[in-house]
Amino acid sequence: MSLLTVSDLSVRFAATTVVSGVSLSLEPGECLGIVGESGSGKSVTARALVGLAGRRARVSGSIDFDGTEIQDASPRRLRSLRGREIGYVSQGALVALDPLRPVGREISDPLRLHTSMPPAERRARVLELLAEVGVPEPSLRAGQRPDELSGGLRQRAVIASAIALRPRLLIADEPTTALDSTVQSGILDLLERLRDEGTALILISHDLAVVSRLATRVLVMNAGTVVESGPTAQVLGAPRHPYTRRLIAAVPTDRPRGTRLTPPAELPAPPFGISAASFGNSGAAVADVAETTVSPSVATASPEFPNLSAGPRAVVVSASHLSRRFGARLAVDDVSFTLERGRTLGVVGESGSGKTTVARLVLALDRPDTGEVRVLGEPWTTATERERRALRPRIGAIYQDALSSFDPRFTVGRILADALSHGRSTRAGDEVSALLRRVGLDPAVARRRPLHLSGGQQQRVAIARAIAAKPDVIVCDEPVSSLDVSVQAQVLDLLDDLQRDLGLSYLFITHDLGVVRHVSDDVLVMQHGRIVESGTTEQVFADPRDDYTRALFASAPRIDGWRAPTGPS
Amino acid sequence: MKITSVLALAIIAFLALAALAPSVLAPGDPLAIAPLDSFQPPSLAHIFGTDESGRDIYTRVIHGTGASLLIGIAATAIGLGLAIVFGLLAGFGPRWVDFGTTRLLEVLFAFPGLLFALLFIVIYGPGVVTSTIAVGLSTAPGYARIIRSRVIQVRTSPYLEAAVVLGRGSTTRIVRHVLPNVAGSLFVLATLGVGQSIVWASSLSYLGLGAVPPAAEWGAMLSAGRTYIASFWWMTFFPGLFIVLSAAATTLLGRAIQQKGRES
Repeated sequence: MSLLTVSDLSVRFAATTVVSGVSLSLEPGECLGIVGESGSGKSVTARALVGLAGRRARVSGSIDFDGTEIQDASPRRLRSLRGREIGYVSQGALVALDPLRPVGREISDPLRLHTSMPPAERRARVLELLAEVGVPEPSLRAGQRPDELSGGLRQRAVIASAIALRPRLLIADEPTTALDSTVQSGILDLLERLRDEGTALILISHDLAVVSRLATRVLVMNAGTVVESGPTAQVLGAPRHPYTRRLIAAVPTDRPRGTRLTPPAELPAPPFGISAASFGNSGAAVADVAETTVSPSVATASPEFPNLSAGPRAVVVSASHLSRRFGARLAVDDVSFTLERGRTLGVVGESGSGKTTVARLVLALDRPDTGEVRVLGEPWTTATERERRALRPRIGAIYQDALSSFDPRFTVGRILADALSHGRSTRAGDEVSALLRRVGLDPAVARRRPLHLSGGQQQRVAIARAIAAKPDVIVCDEPVSSLDVSVQAQVLDLLDDLQRDLGLSYLFITHDLGVVRHVSDDVLVMQHGRIVESGTTEQVFADPRDDYTRALFASAPRIDGWRAPTGPS
Repeated sequence: MKITSVLALAIIAFLALAALAPSVLAPGDPLAIAPLDSFQPPSLAHIFGTDESGRDIYTRVIHGTGASLLIGIAATAIGLGLAIVFGLLAGFGPRWVDFGTTRLLEVLFAFPGLLFALLFIVIYGPGVVTSTIAVGLSTAPGYARIIRSRVIQVRTSPYLEAAVVLGRGSTTRIVRHVLPNVAGSLFVLATLGVGQSIVWASSLSYLGLGAVPPAAEWGAMLSAGRTYIASFWWMTFFPGLFIVLSAAATTLLGRAIQQKGRES
């Protein structure tokens, strides 16, 4: 008898079926990974398992937890199960803590509600729990409120409260999303230890690498159904379903620069795309399929990046000894680099490492305290904004949050017409249609507002705007960080095509090591505002010299081990 | 469109007609007295009844619409006009200008609005024009604060930064992005403000500081009817009803526009 047996679970909201026919079982000490993209129904499944699907949800099927049918359990029984037997770490764990209560109180809640432990003992237990999840100085931290803790510590506190009563099942919904990779690594270690101590674990993530590290078995979900399931090595190493294959292929890692992450557009759309549409799912799946089918026809281009050895290239951006101080903090400390025509310089680092400040300095949105940036050999940061204006069209930018970079009153057509005409025209014409086609969007999108497009489409519009003025350089600040892995792959491929065709240079800023390795020719590793390591991507990844770089690389979870064609790295 | 918005629009259309062409709705003379007909309760001949001099209250309320609405709109215009100047100064100006303007607004904000209006009238004497200016002045600080924060919000938004990166000059940025985005919220503010200004202007008239009897103005009519409120309710009820209707209709319309803006 398994600890948890779910059979034919379906969840509907009004007329929309969000989860359909999910079955799974879980033994103690086992970790089940549920992977899938936004809108695939993985979070709804998790919530249904603990009876939190919501009042408007219609849940059918059977959820058997150690002999108790969750579906028939009384609210009272459910409450006692949730605190005592089943721990749940929700997706919004960073905001799951009451901002006005010290975290120690939050953690002692389950102890107070479900046990008759005296207060003094509870306090001691809270400190033990905090120490157990790896929070330094527990007695200090227990008295602090969530806003005094970093993201990683808050996440640990949430986990501490979920495991306070040693539940036999722990459900963690995206427990490390939005955390830096070294912090993420610590949380995964903690979950691994709990698993090894006999806790059954359900780990939900869109990140295949995270899941592959912990899960013994994997469930791949798409548009509310399980498309594939089995032991991790089998699902990730030899995926049978085309969706799983596409998902795995889309993860950028160590393959050679210029390798495409998405299948060429000429291939017929896979059948699961159609079923996604018929599910009437949140729209994400449908939109993504639409994007794939209108992908630009670039399959003719060779997978290898051309003329890598074309001799010395023109320097388009050079930064020398940049420093920028905010109050007492040195955000950027003596940073120098050059970016050559047609190449990509990746800047990688964790939050607070100063990489976004570097981007702002290169875009001259901020002035360095010392040092200067030159663009195409001309003075840039030392010039006045009026002098810079003539050169502005040569340097474009795309951002993580594409939507907020558009005037909310403008349609896509107006945004692009404005960019094409240097602000002189607002009427969308043939040029706008051509530009939209260039980035793989239907020209009919011109009439819509960015708000009504999917995340991938918004980023494509942002790219179209960036290339409208025929720039030499584009500064990309985390351009794919908020996108699903398959959409991310499409956007990365698009950027690669554009670089090849237009001879663009990219300054590519990201926290994602896989992405930086995939896109960059050269790479800078930043920590505390300083460049700790730089060199060609191959050289830095193959033989990192700096301790921090090594720690950073070691902390990043990979799925390479499961990737049959390329083998372990 | 919701039923409340339709109702609000209908009321506003009716009030607009009453303001622009009062004779169409009420052909009589609002000032004509008929001492024999004094204190008539509502009837077919006088649907809102008559006052102490036998003047028809319906005619007076309709003819008073123009004055009341004009005061409301003019006061809002004055208030918003001042607020735009201060709000843009604070939002766009260098830090010391922002600091100075904001402190000045805070001082003005410390006075209760009506008290501020009274102070102004005490200095410049009662009358329709002074009371309009007074109401406008006392509403300005509130608007100015909203405009300033909206300007700063738009000015520091990522899309303004994107415009800098595209090489747009500061004039282009202000004209093409900041002002239109601020104007959207201004329109809502103005619609909501008219109703409030009508109430305030009527209050001043009621206190005898705005329009003075026998002029047909809602606040002044309320004031005149106050003496007889126990015996002849219709003298205060109908002008009061119109104040409430106009304020409610403009507010409902403002909210509807606001809601629409949020959804799109």
